[in-house]
Amino acid sequence: MRGLDQIFVWIGREVAGWAPAPAQPLVSAILIIAGIMAVFGTCFALTTIAERKILGRMQNRFGPNRVGPCGLFQPLADAVKMLTKEDIVPFSADKTLHFLAPLVMTTPIWLAFAVLPFGRNMSALDLDSGILFFFAIGSASELAVFMAGWSSQNKYSLVGAMRAIAQMISYEVPLVLSTVPVLMLAGSLSLNEIVAAQGTHTLGGLARWNVFTPWGLAGLLLFLIAATAESNRSPFDLPEGESEIIAGYLTEYSGFKYALFFLGEYLGLFAITGLAVTLFLGGWRAPFQWLEWVPSWLWFGGKFGVLIFLFIWVRATLPRLRLDQLLNFSWRFLAPLTLINLAVAAAWHWTGAWESAAAAPVRWVLCAALIALPAHWLGRALRGAVPPPRKYHYAE
Amino acid sequence: MLNEIAFLLCAALTLAGAVAAMTLRNLAHCALCAAGAFAGLAAIYLQLDAEFAGFAQLLVYVGAIAILILFTVLLTRGAEIQPGGPAASTSRGMGLGVGALVTACLIGAIMASPGLRGHAPQTVHAPVKRIGEQLMNQYVMPLEAIGLLLTAALLGAVIIALREPPKEPPAP
Repeated sequence: MRGLDQIFVWIGREVAGWAPAPAQPLVSAILIIAGIMAVFGTCFALTTIAERKILGRMQNRFGPNRVGPCGLFQPLADAVKMLTKEDIVPFSADKTLHFLAPLVMTTPIWLAFAVLPFGRNMSALDLDSGILFFFAIGSASELAVFMAGWSSQNKYSLVGAMRAIAQMISYEVPLVLSTVPVLMLAGSLSLNEIVAAQGTHTLGGLARWNVFTPWGLAGLLLFLIAATAESNRSPFDLPEGESEIIAGYLTEYSGFKYALFFLGEYLGLFAITGLAVTLFLGGWRAPFQWLEWVPSWLWFGGKFGVLIFLFIWVRATLPRLRLDQLLNFSWRFLAPLTLINLAVAAAWHWTGAWESAAAAPVRWVLCAALIALPAHWLGRALRGAVPPPRKYHYAE
Repeated sequence: MLNEIAFLLCAALTLAGAVAAMTLRNLAHCALCAAGAFAGLAAIYLQLDAEFAGFAQLLVYVGAIAILILFTVLLTRGAEIQPGGPAASTSRGMGLGVGALVTACLIGAIMASPGLRGHAPQTVHAPVKRIGEQLMNQYVMPLEAIGLLLTAALLGAVIIALREPPKEPPAP
Protein backbone atom coordinates (compact mmCIF):
# COMPACT_ATOMS: atom_id res chain seq x y z
CA MET A 1 0.00 0.00 0.00
CA ARG A 2 2.99 2.27 0.46
CA GLY A 3 3.31 2.33 -3.33
CA LEU A 4 -0.28 3.37 -3.92
CA ASP A 5 0.09 6.13 -1.35
CA GLN A 6 3.02 7.68 -3.19
CA ILE A 7 1.93 6.77 -6.73
CA PHE A 8 1.47 10.36 -7.91
CA VAL A 9 4.77 11.45 -6.43
CA TRP A 10 6.44 8.47 -8.11
CA ILE A 11 4.81 9.14 -11.51
CA GLY A 12 5.83 12.78 -11.36
CA ARG A 13 9.42 11.89 -10.50
CA GLU A 14 9.65 9.26 -13.26
CA VAL A 15 8.23 11.50 -15.97
CA ALA A 16 10.44 14.41 -14.94
CA GLY A 17 13.38 11.99 -14.94
CA TRP A 18 13.11 11.58 -18.70
CA ALA A 19 13.70 15.27 -19.31
CA PRO A 20 17.29 16.58 -19.64
CA ALA A 21 18.75 17.54 -16.27
CA PRO A 22 18.62 21.37 -16.54
CA ALA A 23 14.94 21.27 -17.55
CA GLN A 24 13.89 18.91 -14.76
CA PRO A 25 12.69 21.48 -12.19
CA LEU A 26 10.63 23.20 -14.89
CA VAL A 27 9.15 19.92 -16.12
CA SER A 28 8.19 18.76 -12.64
CA ALA A 29 6.63 22.16 -11.89
CA ILE A 30 4.60 21.97 -15.09
CA LEU A 31 3.52 18.42 -14.22
CA ILE A 32 2.31 19.53 -10.78
CA ILE A 33 0.44 22.48 -12.25
CA ALA A 34 -1.15 20.28 -14.92
CA GLY A 35 -2.15 17.76 -12.28
CA ILE A 36 -3.78 20.33 -10.03
CA MET A 37 -5.60 21.96 -12.94
CA ALA A 38 -6.82 18.62 -14.28
CA VAL A 39 -8.03 17.35 -10.91
CA PHE A 40 -9.81 20.51 -9.82
CA GLY A 41 -11.13 21.23 -13.30
CA THR A 42 -12.76 17.81 -13.29
CA CYS A 43 -13.88 18.45 -9.75
CA PHE A 44 -15.62 21.60 -10.96
CA ALA A 45 -17.51 19.71 -13.67
CA LEU A 46 -18.47 16.93 -11.27
CA THR A 47 -19.55 19.35 -8.55
CA THR A 48 -21.87 21.26 -10.87
CA ILE A 49 -23.69 18.07 -11.85
CA ALA A 50 -23.62 16.68 -8.30
CA GLU A 51 -24.98 19.94 -6.94
CA ARG A 52 -27.85 20.01 -9.41
CA LYS A 53 -28.65 16.36 -8.79
CA ILE A 54 -28.52 16.64 -5.01
CA LEU A 55 -30.48 19.89 -4.93
CA GLY A 56 -33.04 18.23 -7.14
CA ARG A 57 -33.38 15.24 -4.84
CA MET A 58 -33.62 17.41 -1.76
CA GLN A 59 -36.35 19.45 -3.43
CA ASN A 60 -38.21 16.30 -4.46
CA ARG A 61 -37.46 16.41 -8.19
CA PHE A 62 -35.04 14.58 -10.45
CA GLY A 63 -32.51 17.17 -11.50
CA PRO A 64 -30.78 16.89 -14.89
CA ASN A 65 -31.25 13.36 -16.31
CA ARG A 66 -31.43 13.75 -20.10
CA VAL A 67 -27.80 13.97 -21.31
CA GLY A 68 -25.95 10.68 -21.12
CA PRO A 69 -26.54 8.00 -18.48
CA CYS A 70 -28.38 9.56 -15.50
CA GLY A 71 -27.58 13.00 -16.91
CA LEU A 72 -23.88 12.54 -16.22
CA PHE A 73 -22.77 14.35 -19.40
CA GLN A 74 -24.65 17.50 -18.43
CA PRO A 75 -21.40 19.41 -17.63
CA LEU A 76 -20.19 18.78 -21.20
CA ALA A 77 -23.44 20.08 -22.62
CA ASP A 78 -23.16 23.11 -20.33
CA ALA A 79 -19.60 23.72 -21.46
CA VAL A 80 -20.58 23.61 -25.15
CA LYS A 81 -23.47 25.96 -24.47
CA MET A 82 -21.28 28.42 -22.56
CA LEU A 83 -18.53 28.43 -25.18
CA THR A 84 -20.82 28.92 -28.14
CA LYS A 85 -22.97 31.64 -26.60
CA GLU A 86 -22.60 35.15 -27.95
CA ASP A 87 -20.31 37.29 -25.83
CA ILE A 88 -22.26 40.48 -25.20
CA VAL A 89 -20.50 43.60 -23.93
CA PRO A 90 -22.81 46.49 -23.04
CA PHE A 91 -22.38 49.57 -25.21
CA SER A 92 -21.54 51.90 -22.33
CA ALA A 93 -19.40 49.39 -20.46
CA ASP A 94 -15.79 50.05 -19.57
CA LYS A 95 -14.46 47.57 -22.14
CA THR A 96 -11.03 46.92 -20.64
CA LEU A 97 -12.21 46.33 -17.09
CA HIS A 98 -15.19 44.33 -18.30
CA PHE A 99 -12.76 42.05 -20.10
CA LEU A 100 -10.23 41.85 -17.25
CA ALA A 101 -12.62 41.14 -14.38
CA PRO A 102 -13.22 37.42 -15.09
CA LEU A 103 -9.49 36.90 -15.50
CA VAL A 104 -8.65 38.62 -12.22
CA MET A 105 -11.35 36.50 -10.59
CA THR A 106 -10.17 33.13 -11.85
CA THR A 107 -6.40 33.33 -12.30
CA PRO A 108 -5.19 33.99 -8.72
CA ILE A 109 -7.50 31.35 -7.23
CA TRP A 110 -5.45 28.63 -8.94
CA LEU A 111 -2.41 29.81 -6.97
CA ALA A 112 -4.16 29.06 -3.70
CA PHE A 113 -4.02 25.33 -4.47
CA ALA A 114 -0.23 25.52 -4.51
CA VAL A 115 0.11 25.49 -0.72
CA LEU A 116 -2.51 22.84 0.11
CA PRO A 117 -1.08 19.44 1.08
CA PHE A 118 -3.21 16.93 -0.82
CA GLY A 119 -1.40 13.87 0.52
CA ARG A 120 1.83 12.64 2.02
CA ASN A 121 4.62 14.55 0.22
CA MET A 122 1.98 16.01 -2.08
CA SER A 123 2.06 19.75 -1.64
CA ALA A 124 3.25 21.79 -4.58
CA LEU A 125 4.87 24.51 -2.52
CA ASP A 126 5.88 24.26 1.13
CA LEU A 127 5.83 27.91 2.12
CA ASP A 128 6.89 29.01 5.56
CA SER A 129 3.90 31.34 5.67
CA GLY A 130 1.53 29.21 3.61
CA ILE A 131 -1.72 30.31 5.17
CA LEU A 132 -0.81 33.97 4.81
CA PHE A 133 -0.18 33.28 1.11
CA PHE A 134 -3.60 31.65 0.88
CA PHE A 135 -5.44 34.65 2.29
CA ALA A 136 -3.30 37.14 0.36
CA ILE A 137 -4.26 35.41 -2.90
CA GLY A 138 -7.92 35.49 -1.93
CA SER A 139 -7.91 39.28 -1.71
CA ALA A 140 -7.80 39.58 -5.50
CA SER A 141 -11.36 38.31 -5.86
CA GLU A 142 -12.74 41.41 -4.12
CA LEU A 143 -11.07 43.61 -6.71
CA ALA A 144 -12.41 41.38 -9.48
CA VAL A 145 -15.95 41.69 -8.16
CA PHE A 146 -15.62 45.45 -8.00
CA MET A 147 -14.23 45.57 -11.54
CA ALA A 148 -17.09 43.45 -12.83
CA GLY A 149 -19.77 45.44 -11.08
CA TRP A 150 -18.42 48.87 -11.81
CA SER A 151 -17.41 48.32 -15.44
CA SER A 152 -20.83 46.98 -16.42
CA GLN A 153 -22.40 50.45 -15.99
CA ASN A 154 -25.52 48.84 -14.65
CA LYS A 155 -27.23 49.67 -11.37
CA TYR A 156 -27.94 46.05 -10.52
CA SER A 157 -24.31 45.15 -11.16
CA LEU A 158 -23.04 47.96 -8.97
CA VAL A 159 -25.44 47.16 -6.14
CA GLY A 160 -24.45 43.51 -6.39
CA ALA A 161 -20.76 44.33 -6.33
CA MET A 162 -21.17 46.62 -3.33
CA ARG A 163 -23.09 43.95 -1.46
CA ALA A 164 -20.47 41.37 -2.38
CA ILE A 165 -17.56 43.50 -1.20
CA ALA A 166 -19.29 44.46 2.05
CA GLN A 167 -19.99 40.80 2.68
CA MET A 168 -16.49 39.63 1.79
CA ILE A 169 -14.83 42.22 4.03
CA SER A 170 -17.16 41.50 6.94
CA TYR A 171 -16.70 37.76 6.76
CA GLU A 172 -12.98 37.85 6.15
CA VAL A 173 -12.55 38.91 9.78
CA PRO A 174 -14.16 35.80 11.34
CA LEU A 175 -12.65 33.63 8.60
CA VAL A 176 -9.10 34.65 9.43
CA LEU A 177 -9.67 34.84 13.18
CA SER A 178 -11.14 31.33 13.31
CA THR A 179 -7.90 29.94 11.89
CA VAL A 180 -5.74 31.69 14.49
CA PRO A 181 -6.19 29.09 17.31
CA VAL A 182 -4.95 26.39 14.94
CA LEU A 183 -1.87 28.43 14.04
CA MET A 184 -1.30 29.25 17.70
CA LEU A 185 -1.34 25.65 18.90
CA ALA A 186 0.55 24.29 15.90
CA GLY A 187 3.12 27.07 16.28
CA SER A 188 3.49 27.52 12.53
CA LEU A 189 1.94 29.17 9.49
CA SER A 190 3.04 26.36 7.22
CA LEU A 191 0.16 24.10 6.21
CA ASN A 192 2.41 21.04 6.12
CA GLU A 193 3.44 21.60 9.70
CA ILE A 194 -0.17 22.12 10.75
CA VAL A 195 -0.98 18.69 9.30
CA ALA A 196 2.06 17.24 11.04
CA ALA A 197 0.90 18.73 14.35
CA GLN A 198 -2.35 16.74 14.01
CA GLY A 199 -0.49 13.55 13.20
CA THR A 200 -0.20 11.89 16.60
CA HIS A 201 -2.70 9.49 18.14
CA THR A 202 -4.33 9.09 21.52
CA LEU A 203 -4.22 5.79 23.38
CA GLY A 204 -7.36 4.49 21.68
CA GLY A 205 -5.76 5.05 18.28
CA LEU A 206 -7.93 8.07 17.51
CA ALA A 207 -6.05 10.81 15.68
CA ARG A 208 -5.50 14.18 17.37
CA TRP A 209 -7.32 16.24 14.77
CA ASN A 210 -8.19 19.74 15.83
CA VAL A 211 -11.87 19.07 15.28
CA PHE A 212 -11.85 16.60 18.19
CA THR A 213 -11.23 19.42 20.67
CA PRO A 214 -13.89 21.92 21.83
CA TRP A 215 -12.11 24.89 20.27
CA GLY A 216 -11.44 22.93 17.09
CA LEU A 217 -15.08 21.95 16.68
CA ALA A 218 -16.24 25.52 17.29
CA GLY A 219 -13.48 26.78 15.03
CA LEU A 220 -14.51 24.45 12.20
CA LEU A 221 -18.14 25.54 12.43
CA LEU A 222 -17.20 29.23 12.48
CA PHE A 223 -14.77 28.69 9.63
CA LEU A 224 -17.36 26.89 7.51
CA ILE A 225 -19.97 29.60 8.08
CA ALA A 226 -17.50 32.32 7.15
CA ALA A 227 -16.31 30.27 4.16
CA THR A 228 -19.88 29.94 2.88
CA ALA A 229 -20.19 33.70 3.03
CA GLU A 230 -16.77 34.29 1.43
CA SER A 231 -17.67 32.13 -1.54
CA ASN A 232 -21.07 33.86 -1.92
CA ARG A 233 -23.05 30.68 -1.54
CA SER A 234 -26.59 30.35 -0.27
CA PRO A 235 -27.73 31.37 2.37
CA PHE A 236 -25.22 34.20 1.87
CA ASP A 237 -25.91 34.71 -1.82
CA LEU A 238 -27.27 38.24 -1.56
CA PRO A 239 -24.71 39.61 -4.02
CA GLU A 240 -26.24 37.41 -6.68
CA GLY A 241 -29.82 37.30 -5.44
CA GLU A 242 -31.58 36.40 -8.67
CA SER A 243 -34.97 37.48 -7.44
CA GLU A 244 -33.72 40.85 -6.19
CA ILE A 245 -30.87 42.11 -8.35
CA ILE A 246 -30.71 39.65 -11.27
CA ALA A 247 -27.42 37.96 -10.38
CA GLY A 248 -25.74 41.18 -9.26
CA TYR A 249 -22.33 41.79 -10.76
CA LEU A 250 -22.88 38.93 -13.22
CA THR A 251 -25.87 40.62 -14.85
CA GLU A 252 -23.98 41.92 -17.88
CA TYR A 253 -21.84 38.84 -18.44
CA SER A 254 -22.61 36.04 -20.83
CA GLY A 255 -20.95 33.11 -22.50
CA PHE A 256 -17.40 32.26 -21.62
CA LYS A 257 -16.83 35.20 -19.29
CA TYR A 258 -19.81 34.12 -17.22
CA ALA A 259 -18.42 30.59 -17.18
CA LEU A 260 -15.09 31.96 -15.93
CA PHE A 261 -16.81 33.69 -13.02
CA PHE A 262 -18.63 30.47 -12.27
CA LEU A 263 -15.36 28.56 -12.39
CA GLY A 264 -13.68 31.12 -10.13
CA GLU A 265 -16.45 30.88 -7.58
CA TYR A 266 -16.30 27.11 -7.43
CA LEU A 267 -12.51 27.09 -7.31
CA GLY A 268 -12.66 29.51 -4.41
CA LEU A 269 -15.03 27.12 -2.67
CA PHE A 270 -12.70 24.17 -3.34
CA ALA A 271 -9.66 26.02 -2.09
CA ILE A 272 -11.32 27.11 1.12
CA THR A 273 -12.75 23.61 1.66
CA GLY A 274 -9.26 22.20 1.22
CA LEU A 275 -8.04 24.68 3.81
CA ALA A 276 -10.78 23.61 6.25
CA VAL A 277 -9.75 19.97 5.77
CA THR A 278 -6.11 20.87 6.36
CA LEU A 279 -6.65 23.05 9.40
CA PHE A 280 -9.31 21.18 11.32
CA LEU A 281 -9.79 17.69 9.89
CA GLY A 282 -6.19 16.53 9.97
CA GLY A 283 -5.45 17.08 6.27
CA TRP A 284 -4.52 13.82 4.61
CA ARG A 285 -4.24 11.89 7.90
CA ALA A 286 -6.40 8.87 8.68
CA PRO A 287 -8.81 9.17 11.64
CA PHE A 288 -7.58 5.94 13.25
CA GLN A 289 -4.14 4.47 13.41
CA TRP A 290 -5.31 1.13 11.95
CA LEU A 291 -6.63 2.96 8.87
CA GLU A 292 -3.24 4.39 7.93
CA TRP A 293 -2.93 1.89 5.05
CA VAL A 294 -5.52 3.75 2.98
CA PRO A 295 -3.68 6.13 0.60
CA SER A 296 -3.39 9.61 2.08
CA TRP A 297 -4.81 11.40 -0.98
CA LEU A 298 -7.96 9.28 -0.65
CA TRP A 299 -8.44 10.59 2.88
CA PHE A 300 -8.06 14.15 1.68
CA GLY A 301 -10.48 13.54 -1.17
CA GLY A 302 -13.01 11.88 1.11
CA LYS A 303 -13.05 14.67 3.66
CA PHE A 304 -13.15 17.20 0.83
CA GLY A 305 -16.18 15.45 -0.69
CA VAL A 306 -18.01 15.34 2.63
CA LEU A 307 -17.54 19.07 3.17
CA ILE A 308 -18.63 19.89 -0.39
CA PHE A 309 -21.76 17.80 0.19
CA LEU A 310 -22.33 19.77 3.40
CA PHE A 311 -22.18 23.03 1.45
CA ILE A 312 -24.71 21.71 -1.08
CA TRP A 313 -26.97 20.50 1.72
CA VAL A 314 -26.88 23.90 3.41
CA ARG A 315 -27.71 25.53 0.11
CA ALA A 316 -30.76 23.34 -0.29
CA THR A 317 -31.91 23.93 3.29
CA LEU A 318 -31.59 27.58 4.25
CA PRO A 319 -33.31 30.64 2.78
CA ARG A 320 -31.38 33.76 1.89
CA LEU A 321 -30.50 36.25 4.65
CA ARG A 322 -31.43 39.90 4.64
CA LEU A 323 -28.57 42.40 4.40
CA ASP A 324 -28.91 43.65 8.00
CA GLN A 325 -29.12 40.07 9.26
CA LEU A 326 -26.00 39.25 7.28
CA LEU A 327 -23.92 42.07 8.71
CA ASN A 328 -25.26 41.69 12.27
CA PHE A 329 -24.51 37.99 12.15
CA SER A 330 -20.93 38.65 11.18
CA TRP A 331 -20.09 41.50 13.56
CA ARG A 332 -22.24 40.64 16.56
CA PHE A 333 -22.01 36.87 16.52
CA LEU A 334 -19.17 35.38 14.48
CA ALA A 335 -16.46 37.94 15.21
CA PRO A 336 -16.87 37.97 19.04
CA LEU A 337 -17.17 34.20 19.06
CA THR A 338 -13.93 33.73 17.16
CA LEU A 339 -12.18 35.96 19.69
CA ILE A 340 -13.65 33.94 22.56
CA ASN A 341 -12.55 30.78 20.78
CA LEU A 342 -9.02 32.12 20.87
CA ALA A 343 -9.19 32.30 24.66
CA VAL A 344 -10.72 28.83 24.80
CA ALA A 345 -7.85 27.45 22.75
CA ALA A 346 -5.43 29.05 25.20
CA ALA A 347 -7.34 27.51 28.12
CA TRP A 348 -7.20 24.12 26.40
CA HIS A 349 -3.48 24.49 25.93
CA TRP A 350 -2.77 25.39 29.57
CA THR A 351 -5.07 22.72 31.02
CA GLY A 352 -3.16 20.15 28.97
CA ALA A 353 -0.67 19.91 31.83
CA TRP A 354 -3.27 18.55 34.27
CA GLU A 355 -2.22 15.19 35.62
CA SER A 356 -5.16 13.64 37.47
CA ALA A 357 -7.34 10.85 36.08
CA ALA A 358 -10.47 13.00 35.77
CA ALA A 359 -8.55 15.71 33.95
CA ALA A 360 -9.59 14.81 30.41
CA PRO A 361 -13.39 14.94 30.79
CA VAL A 362 -13.26 17.95 33.12
CA ARG A 363 -11.08 19.77 30.65
CA TRP A 364 -13.42 18.90 27.81
CA VAL A 365 -16.55 20.03 29.63
CA LEU A 366 -14.90 23.22 30.87
CA CYS A 367 -13.67 24.30 27.43
CA ALA A 368 -16.88 23.28 25.70
CA ALA A 369 -18.88 25.35 28.21
CA LEU A 370 -16.53 28.29 27.73
CA ILE A 371 -17.45 28.44 24.04
CA ALA A 372 -21.04 27.11 24.11
CA LEU A 373 -22.42 29.53 26.72
CA PRO A 374 -21.21 32.71 24.97
CA ALA A 375 -22.55 31.30 21.70
CA HIS A 376 -25.95 30.81 23.35
CA TRP A 377 -26.00 34.32 24.83
CA LEU A 378 -24.79 36.00 21.67
CA GLY A 379 -27.36 34.09 19.67
CA ARG A 380 -30.17 35.22 21.98
CA ALA A 381 -28.98 38.81 21.82
CA LEU A 382 -28.94 38.54 18.05
CA ARG A 383 -32.51 37.27 17.97
CA GLY A 384 -33.60 40.31 19.97
CA ALA A 385 -31.94 42.73 17.58
CA VAL A 386 -34.82 43.93 15.45
CA PRO A 387 -33.84 46.50 12.82
CA PRO A 388 -35.46 49.93 12.99
CA PRO A 389 -38.29 50.44 10.52
CA ARG A 390 -36.86 50.82 7.07
CA LYS A 391 -36.57 54.34 5.76
CA TYR A 392 -36.58 54.87 2.02
CA HIS A 393 -34.55 57.81 0.89
CA TYR A 394 -35.29 57.88 -2.80
CA ALA A 395 -38.39 55.77 -3.31
CA GLU A 396 -41.04 57.96 -1.71
CA MET B 1 20.26 36.70 -15.11
CA LEU B 2 16.75 35.36 -14.42
CA ASN B 3 16.82 37.33 -11.21
CA GLU B 4 17.50 40.58 -13.06
CA ILE B 5 14.70 39.93 -15.55
CA ALA B 6 12.28 39.19 -12.72
CA PHE B 7 13.32 42.36 -10.91
CA LEU B 8 12.91 44.44 -14.07
CA LEU B 9 9.42 43.01 -14.64
CA CYS B 10 8.34 43.71 -11.06
CA ALA B 11 9.83 47.19 -11.15
CA ALA B 12 8.15 47.92 -14.48
CA LEU B 13 4.80 46.78 -13.09
CA THR B 14 5.20 48.95 -9.99
CA LEU B 15 6.31 52.03 -11.89
CA ALA B 16 3.75 51.67 -14.64
CA GLY B 17 1.00 51.21 -12.06
CA ALA B 18 2.13 54.24 -10.10
CA VAL B 19 2.44 56.47 -13.18
CA ALA B 20 -0.95 55.34 -14.45
CA ALA B 21 -2.50 55.97 -11.05
CA MET B 22 -1.27 59.58 -11.21
CA THR B 23 -2.12 60.37 -14.82
CA LEU B 24 -5.33 58.55 -15.70
CA ARG B 25 -8.51 60.63 -15.80
CA ASN B 26 -10.92 58.09 -14.35
CA LEU B 27 -10.60 57.79 -10.59
CA ALA B 28 -11.70 54.15 -10.47
CA HIS B 29 -9.02 53.32 -13.05
CA CYS B 30 -6.50 55.22 -10.94
CA ALA B 31 -7.41 53.21 -7.85
CA LEU B 32 -7.12 49.90 -9.73
CA CYS B 33 -3.73 50.93 -11.15
CA ALA B 34 -2.60 51.82 -7.64
CA ALA B 35 -3.62 48.29 -6.62
CA GLY B 36 -1.45 47.02 -9.48
CA ALA B 37 1.48 49.07 -8.17
CA PHE B 38 0.94 47.63 -4.67
CA ALA B 39 1.02 44.13 -6.15
CA GLY B 40 4.23 44.93 -8.01
CA LEU B 41 5.82 46.09 -4.78
CA ALA B 42 4.76 42.82 -3.12
CA ALA B 43 6.41 40.95 -5.99
CA ILE B 44 9.64 42.86 -5.36
CA TYR B 45 9.51 41.90 -1.66
CA LEU B 46 9.01 38.27 -2.65
CA GLN B 47 11.90 38.48 -5.06
CA LEU B 48 14.08 39.71 -2.19
CA ASP B 49 13.08 36.59 -0.19
CA ALA B 50 10.99 38.63 2.23
CA GLU B 51 8.09 36.21 2.15
CA PHE B 52 6.22 37.56 5.12
CA ALA B 53 6.49 41.20 4.06
CA GLY B 54 5.39 40.32 0.53
CA PHE B 55 2.27 38.42 1.55
CA ALA B 56 1.40 40.98 4.20
CA GLN B 57 1.74 43.70 1.55
CA LEU B 58 -0.69 41.81 -0.72
CA LEU B 59 -3.12 41.12 2.09
CA VAL B 60 -3.15 44.62 3.54
CA TYR B 61 -2.64 46.85 0.50
CA VAL B 62 -4.35 44.97 -2.32
CA GLY B 63 -6.93 43.30 -0.12
CA ALA B 64 -7.86 46.16 2.17
CA ILE B 65 -6.43 49.54 1.25
CA ALA B 66 -7.21 49.35 -2.46
CA ILE B 67 -10.78 48.39 -1.61
CA LEU B 68 -10.97 51.25 0.87
CA ILE B 69 -9.79 53.68 -1.82
CA LEU B 70 -12.35 52.31 -4.28
CA PHE B 71 -15.14 52.69 -1.74
CA THR B 72 -14.04 56.22 -0.97
CA VAL B 73 -14.00 57.12 -4.66
CA LEU B 74 -17.47 55.72 -5.19
CA LEU B 75 -19.03 57.16 -2.06
CA THR B 76 -17.66 60.69 -2.21
CA ARG B 77 -18.21 61.79 -5.79
CA GLY B 78 -18.55 60.59 -9.34
CA ALA B 79 -15.55 58.71 -10.63
CA GLU B 80 -15.25 60.91 -13.69
CA ILE B 81 -13.07 64.01 -13.62
CA GLN B 82 -14.15 66.73 -16.00
CA PRO B 83 -12.11 66.40 -19.18
CA GLY B 84 -9.89 69.32 -20.06
CA GLY B 85 -8.73 70.85 -16.78
CA PRO B 86 -5.56 69.49 -15.18
CA ALA B 87 -6.15 66.80 -12.58
CA ALA B 88 -5.94 68.13 -9.01
CA SER B 89 -4.13 71.32 -9.92
CA THR B 90 -4.62 73.02 -6.54
CA SER B 91 -2.42 70.61 -4.61
CA ARG B 92 0.26 70.26 -7.26
CA GLY B 93 2.88 72.39 -5.48
CA MET B 94 2.34 70.64 -2.17
CA GLY B 95 2.53 67.24 -3.88
CA LEU B 96 5.80 68.15 -5.55
CA GLY B 97 7.25 69.26 -2.22
CA VAL B 98 6.25 66.06 -0.41
CA GLY B 99 7.51 63.98 -3.31
CA ALA B 100 10.88 65.73 -3.30
CA LEU B 101 11.20 65.23 0.46
CA VAL B 102 10.44 61.50 0.22
CA THR B 103 12.85 61.09 -2.69
CA ALA B 104 15.59 62.87 -0.72
CA CYS B 105 15.03 60.56 2.26
CA LEU B 106 15.16 57.48 0.05
CA ILE B 107 18.31 58.62 -1.76
CA GLY B 108 19.94 59.31 1.60
CA ALA B 109 19.04 55.85 2.88
CA ILE B 110 20.27 54.14 -0.28
CA MET B 111 23.57 56.07 -0.27
CA ALA B 112 24.10 55.10 3.38
CA SER B 113 23.56 51.38 2.73
CA PRO B 114 26.64 49.17 3.07
CA GLY B 115 25.85 47.46 -0.24
CA LEU B 116 27.16 50.49 -2.14
CA ARG B 117 30.48 50.50 -0.32
CA GLY B 118 31.61 47.18 -1.67
CA HIS B 119 30.37 44.97 1.18
CA ALA B 120 28.70 41.79 0.02
CA PRO B 121 24.97 42.01 0.66
CA GLN B 122 23.95 40.00 3.69
CA THR B 123 21.40 37.28 3.04
CA VAL B 124 19.14 37.00 6.04
CA HIS B 125 16.69 34.15 6.21
CA ALA B 126 13.82 35.34 8.36
CA PRO B 127 11.23 32.65 9.00
CA VAL B 128 7.87 33.82 10.28
CA LYS B 129 8.61 32.26 13.63
CA ARG B 130 11.60 34.53 14.18
CA ILE B 131 9.67 37.60 13.08
CA GLY B 132 6.99 36.72 15.60
CA GLU B 133 9.51 36.18 18.40
CA GLN B 134 11.17 39.51 17.68
CA LEU B 135 7.80 41.27 17.64
CA MET B 136 6.82 39.71 20.94
CA ASN B 137 10.13 40.27 22.73
CA GLN B 138 12.33 43.06 21.47
CA TYR B 139 9.74 45.15 19.65
CA VAL B 140 6.77 44.54 21.90
CA MET B 141 6.53 48.17 23.01
CA PRO B 142 6.37 49.67 19.49
CA LEU B 143 3.87 46.95 18.57
CA GLU B 144 1.67 47.83 21.53
CA ALA B 145 1.97 51.52 20.76
CA ILE B 146 0.86 50.95 17.17
CA GLY B 147 -1.99 48.78 18.39
CA LEU B 148 -3.12 51.51 20.78
CA LEU B 149 -2.90 54.13 18.05
CA LEU B 150 -4.94 52.03 15.64
CA THR B 151 -7.57 51.30 18.28
CA ALA B 152 -7.84 55.02 19.03
CA ALA B 153 -8.20 55.73 15.31
CA LEU B 154 -10.87 53.06 15.02
CA LEU B 155 -12.84 54.47 17.94
CA GLY B 156 -12.50 57.95 16.49
CA ALA B 157 -13.85 56.74 13.15
CA VAL B 158 -16.78 55.07 14.88
CA ILE B 159 -17.57 58.26 16.82
CA ILE B 160 -17.46 60.32 13.63
CA ALA B 161 -19.70 57.82 11.87
CA LEU B 162 -22.17 57.52 14.77
CA ARG B 163 -25.70 58.46 13.90
CA GLU B 164 -26.47 61.82 15.44
CA PRO B 165 -29.39 61.88 17.87
CA PRO B 166 -32.50 63.02 16.04
CA LYS B 167 -33.06 66.72 16.50
CA GLU B 168 -36.47 68.20 17.16
CA PRO B 169 -38.14 68.64 13.79
CA PRO B 170 -38.60 72.32 13.01
CA ALA B 171 -42.14 73.55 13.41
CA PRO B 172 -43.89 73.45 10.05
